[in-house]
Amino acid sequence: MQGKRTKVSPVPLYPMTQSLQQLGALMRKEFVLEWRQRYALNGMLLYIVGAVFVCYLSFNARRGQLTPIVWNTLFWIILLFTAINAVAKSFVQERAGRFLYYYTVASPLQIIVSKIIYNTVLMLVLSGLGFATYAFVLGNPVQDIALYISSLVLGSVGFAASLTLIAGIAAKAENSATLMAVLSFPVVLPLLLMLLRVSKNALDGLDRSVSVDEIVTIIAIDAIVLVLSGLLFPFLWRS
Amino acid sequence: MKNWWKALSVLIIFFVIVAGLVGPTPRLPILNESIRNVYFHVPLWFSMIILLLTSAIYSGKYLRSGNPDHDRIAVEFTNTALVFGLMGCLTGSVWANFTWGEPWPNDPKLNSVAVGMLLYFAYSILRGSFDDEQRRARISAVYNIFAFAVFVPLIFIVPRLTDSLHPGNGGNPAFGQYNMSNQMRPIFYSGVIGFTLLGVWITELRIRMRRIQAVLED
Repeated sequence: MQGKRTKVSPVPLYPMTQSLQQLGALMRKEFVLEWRQRYALNGMLLYIVGAVFVCYLSFNARRGQLTPIVWNTLFWIILLFTAINAVAKSFVQERAGRFLYYYTVASPLQIIVSKIIYNTVLMLVLSGLGFATYAFVLGNPVQDIALYISSLVLGSVGFAASLTLIAGIAAKAENSATLMAVLSFPVVLPLLLMLLRVSKNALDGLDRSVSVDEIVTIIAIDAIVLVLSGLLFPFLWRS
Repeated sequence: MKNWWKALSVLIIFFVIVAGLVGPTPRLPILNESIRNVYFHVPLWFSMIILLLTSAIYSGKYLRSGNPDHDRIAVEFTNTALVFGLMGCLTGSVWANFTWGEPWPNDPKLNSVAVGMLLYFAYSILRGSFDDEQRRARISAVYNIFAFAVFVPLIFIVPRLTDSLHPGNGGNPAFGQYNMSNQMRPIFYSGVIGFTLLGVWITELRIRMRRIQAVLED
């Protein structure tokens, strides 16, 4: 880490390699930070397993009796709440003084990109674990596993991208937990609806050509949200 | 004359109301005379989207300039758009009650719009949670642009991928193509212009009010 703390002006045009190196350092910082505060990570893992188990018991522990539509919707709702909780902490975890320090060493674009990549990885782990537990206790009716998993991947990227900026906004306000929920529900909804549809198709084992429209829309929404996060975060950052 | 467009707005809306209520319309099953609602319900939504777009543009301008006046303009455009949205919901409810049998049928377009309204109510809540004015303006401008970018796929793309009762969705033809006769079209487009001008007028009054408040506070 030591070698990368070279001081640079806040809004410069970095040479490509140096900028990538800085991004790498920031990413490493995210992971190290998470690893040092393992209780938060373990908390998230336990959160999703616990939520799955609560649903399992609430449905009276009868596996294989849920209709596909209930099975699918329930899983995505669990994932949505987990995502909101997991991403919400990405800006409150660090003290304000430290942000001031980042401001002097890196550009806002690098910060948001590193946060989004980190949150994507976190969401991938969480959704993978969630899916495994969910399929283990409630049965696995999915017929097209590859498509289902790719919908999970697309969902993780989309959730991470759209929620990271919202978390940044909410962290600036007081009462940020409520605000996080209020702001993020409508923002992730178009994505969630599309994901539900694709994963339902995967569940029923429909031909993949049926899902092409939805997948393209999801990728487009992901792209819009990613680009906007990159464009808007510098302004959020400065306040 | 400086305020010609206000007079124009009144004239156009007057024309739309009169021509819309007495003008000739095609006789269609189920729709019958309720087709006249197309002059009021649809233009309200059109102008709502135009107002929201203007608001997003002013939020972008605010981020570039830091001028608090741009923030005021952006907020007031959103507020007016919300009022228009509520009116659109009301006129739509009345219409749906007669043609589809219930005031709020489970239709993707309606649900999308409800979520879109939630997006902008969340915007007001976000604004309320800041004390510092500059911070409030900057952060809500960021959210406003983000919200508009989500609002567009929500309204224009998502409903088109499913079956909807609305024309123009789920493979139904859009209303411009088959559903509207040539006698209706001029009245409809006048409605869009008239309601948008009215929205701008309301917004302008509110902005002036806010400017005076800001001066009084200083």
